Amino acid sequence: MKIDPMRRLVLSLLVLSCAFVAGCAKNESGSPSSSSGSSAARTKLQGSGASFPAPLYLRWFKDYEKESSTVYVDYQAKGSGAGIQDLINETVDFAASDAAMTAEEIAKVKNGVVMLPMTAGKVVLAYNLPNGPAEVKLSREAYCKILMGEITKWNDPVIAACNSGATLPDVAITVVVRSDSSGTTHVFSTHLSAVNPQWKEKYGINKTINWPNVSHLVKAPKNDGVMALVKQTPGAIGYVEYGFALQTKQPVATLENQSGSYVKPTTQSGQASLASVTDVPEDLVVWIADPVGADCYPIVSYTWLLCYQKYSDPAKLKAVHNLVDYCVGEGQSISESIGYIPLPPSMIEKVRAATAKIQ
Amino acid sequence: MKNTIGTSLKFERTIDSAFRRVCWTLALLTILLGGLIVFEIFYHATPAIKKYGFSFLTSSQWDPANEAYGVLPEIWGTFYSSVLALIVAGLLGVSVAIWLTQNFLPSRVEWFLKTVVELLAAIPSVVYGLWGFYYVIPMLRPFAGWLHEQFSWVPFFSTPFTGPGILPAALVLGIMILPTVASISRDALSAVPSRLKEAAMGLGATRWEVIWKVVLPTASRGIGAALVLGFGRAIGETMALAMLAGNSSRLTLSLLSPSNTLAARLANQFPEAGPSEASALMFAALVLMALSLSANVFGVVINLRARYKLARVGVAR
Amino acid sequence: MSMSPATQQEFDTQSLFYNRWKSRSLRNSLMNWVSGSIALIACLPLLSLLGMVIYRGSRALSWSSFVELPPAPMQEGGGFGNAMVGTITMVSIAALLAVPSGILTAIFLAFLGPDSKLAEAVRFVARVLSGLPSILAGVFAYAMVVLVMKSYSAFAGGVALAVLMLPIILLTAEQSMRMVQARLIEAAVGMGCTSAQVVRRVLLPTAFPGILTGVLLAVARAAGETAPLLFTALFSNYWLVQEGQLKLAEPTASLAVFIFNFSGSAFDNLVEMAWSGALILVLMILTLNLSAQLLAKKLQR
Repeated sequence: MKIDPMRRLVLSLLVLSCAFVAGCAKNESGSPSSSSGSSAARTKLQGSGASFPAPLYLRWFKDYEKESSTVYVDYQAKGSGAGIQDLINETVDFAASDAAMTAEEIAKVKNGVVMLPMTAGKVVLAYNLPNGPAEVKLSREAYCKILMGEITKWNDPVIAACNSGATLPDVAITVVVRSDSSGTTHVFSTHLSAVNPQWKEKYGINKTINWPNVSHLVKAPKNDGVMALVKQTPGAIGYVEYGFALQTKQPVATLENQSGSYVKPTTQSGQASLASVTDVPEDLVVWIADPVGADCYPIVSYTWLLCYQKYSDPAKLKAVHNLVDYCVGEGQSISESIGYIPLPPSMIEKVRAATAKIQ
Repeated sequence: MKNTIGTSLKFERTIDSAFRRVCWTLALLTILLGGLIVFEIFYHATPAIKKYGFSFLTSSQWDPANEAYGVLPEIWGTFYSSVLALIVAGLLGVSVAIWLTQNFLPSRVEWFLKTVVELLAAIPSVVYGLWGFYYVIPMLRPFAGWLHEQFSWVPFFSTPFTGPGILPAALVLGIMILPTVASISRDALSAVPSRLKEAAMGLGATRWEVIWKVVLPTASRGIGAALVLGFGRAIGETMALAMLAGNSSRLTLSLLSPSNTLAARLANQFPEAGPSEASALMFAALVLMALSLSANVFGVVINLRARYKLARVGVAR
Repeated sequence: MSMSPATQQEFDTQSLFYNRWKSRSLRNSLMNWVSGSIALIACLPLLSLLGMVIYRGSRALSWSSFVELPPAPMQEGGGFGNAMVGTITMVSIAALLAVPSGILTAIFLAFLGPDSKLAEAVRFVARVLSGLPSILAGVFAYAMVVLVMKSYSAFAGGVALAVLMLPIILLTAEQSMRMVQARLIEAAVGMGCTSAQVVRRVLLPTAFPGILTGVLLAVARAAGETAPLLFTALFSNYWLVQEGQLKLAEPTASLAVFIFNFSGSAFDNLVEMAWSGALILVLMILTLNLSAQLLAKKLQR
């Protein structure tokens, strides 16, 4: 009998798909990233959350994967809000957030939560100002007013006042903020609320803010998206974690701190801010809204890894322990090169102690 | 057929009736699928519908922290960007359709133009977004800046150009719906009986007099359907708008200002939404569905009636 | 055009000749130019877009793009192999769901009960569904699959894409089956064939190229869809096949979402990667489209 065309199609599709699946499987075993000859099944940890520490986490997890060879970590930088939501829905093994969970949120997690600071970062105001001066200084009044939409030009007298000697171009400001629920926004609004009573009253502290309804404010998802938009838009200014600005070589503003001095975001100024908080509570949730000290960078925050207290799968439990060990140990040495602040030794000890709660 | 005709026949009959039943069931399932889509979205939106009701459509807040939701700016943004896109696509699409149908071009060039327009329809939305973000926005920047400086008293140019915003979004959206408008208008134009055109030409009318006074009026319903269907498509476009509109919910006339649309709101907020926000988003999806389905049904109906009318023109004279 | 018979003798025959400087002719050629340049402008975006995608996409493209996993920011190399595998898998799932049901429904519409009320209703629903915003297909799959399975999955992505493919397949298959000459079918029926036999021996083989065209178009459309996958399949940095198992119930990468995620990045290497992904995706889709068009052309002959 002649094979009719329909049947031929079905047959060829079948053959194709078989070949395809076989090809994938082969590809998998042949790829250099998987360890050679490992007979034990690898454990996968699924994580999601903050984009603030994402460049560092992705690097850590890749390095850790190479070292451990039995564990691999899939981290989706969806934003802190989404991470916490996933943790509550139990669709992940761990989450990450720069806004520690609220008591209300913790109550929703059946297996309990352990919050572990992994690193700390500086929120910076990255900008894109063609023909601008080498350094832009922003006073507390200036950056609050920019974010509240009250300053619309780079050569506004308020900005000019703190940049005496420099000539600021007559360029319109575009403010870039986060469109998603974000821990970075939480950190930033915490600081603004501490600094500016008007902000506190109107916008407050949250992962999402009802931003001023002005036409020069654009929203983008995640730290990465804000950074990309700033990079792409002349006259733009936006808040991101320092690492994003460092690695994409965008200039960042020098900010006025509580004691009135202008400070650049460096590891030293960040560490000074971390050191300004001395008593750490047991749940390791520390807010540094507005650090005191002449050499403190004003907007600094820890960022947390959110783990369950109980893991039913022993392989996953072990993997989480090992992962945390790696991150607060060896991992700390590369934080600085990516733009983050290494944890103070005292904090590392506390994190190690807290890890015991994960069972 | 084999020699045991009786059993074979019976076997074939069983197969046949089973086959008929399967086809019938699947046809029914297609309708059920349509119903199920409406039901699922409606069902999940119910908590939000009960809680916010009509004010959801008239309020302009989106505040997950205080559970206050409204989509007025998104509805406005959806409409505004779609109307602007329709102006772009209508102008370009109808011109292309005229050039494709009124014997302007040698057949090879005609084929080229037709293929170009069809390929536009094949390019994925996300690639349009990528192109728009890295090429259209920088290209518009000097021009838009000049518009704002010279004409800031005109409400359309009253705000400085931010980059992502209504203008780039509507332009790219217009290009995206161009194939829909062009191909349906083309069908309408080529359905105009050539006798009508020939009669007008025989009276000495120039080509464009024929087009303006005979072809376009006769095909007007079909072109209307093309515009409505293009509008329906524009309302539902997601990715390019999520990447180009600026995600900032504003009620504004300014073309240079950022904006947001219903579909872009869904794309951006859904992955991270908590229960109350998810329900509000489902409500927004319902609004979007109502808008796009009514545009579509309206367009399909006009198109069918236009064809019917043209068929009658053909018979009556 | 008024011409009274009384003035026939003094009629200026010159007026019958074409004069390009008459206002009517001028208006005509002006319109030629205006609409011609508008039609030309309509071609520019495609040329610009394709040019940019090819130019920027080919720069970072290499063999590793196809076989490696997405890179971390500022990391050398990397690729989107897992995203390609994910796209192919999800489109296959969608095709498995939509192709058989679409063709069987089309058989009902074109052959078994073309004038029934049910057929009318199905046609209407299919036409309306073909205009359904793609993101709503995603919302539907989210509600139907993700909320039930409590996890983002390749399967949910496949369901969302199937909803988008179904009306395209259904409508084109019906159309091509209707183009099968009635005398072929009548001859088969006259010989005593059952409906199933007519369909298998006459209708499907004859309409096959047309059906295949529709399937190819539907696959091309589904491969490029991003919005319905954003919150059904999500994304993954790993291969779909892990430890020799096909993980269809886990978050899955796709080329379209890969482009979306990486295009908004501030890191140059990721943006370059997004362009390369766009080039591959556009090539895949254009190939499918062109083969569908060639098929359709062959069919017309």
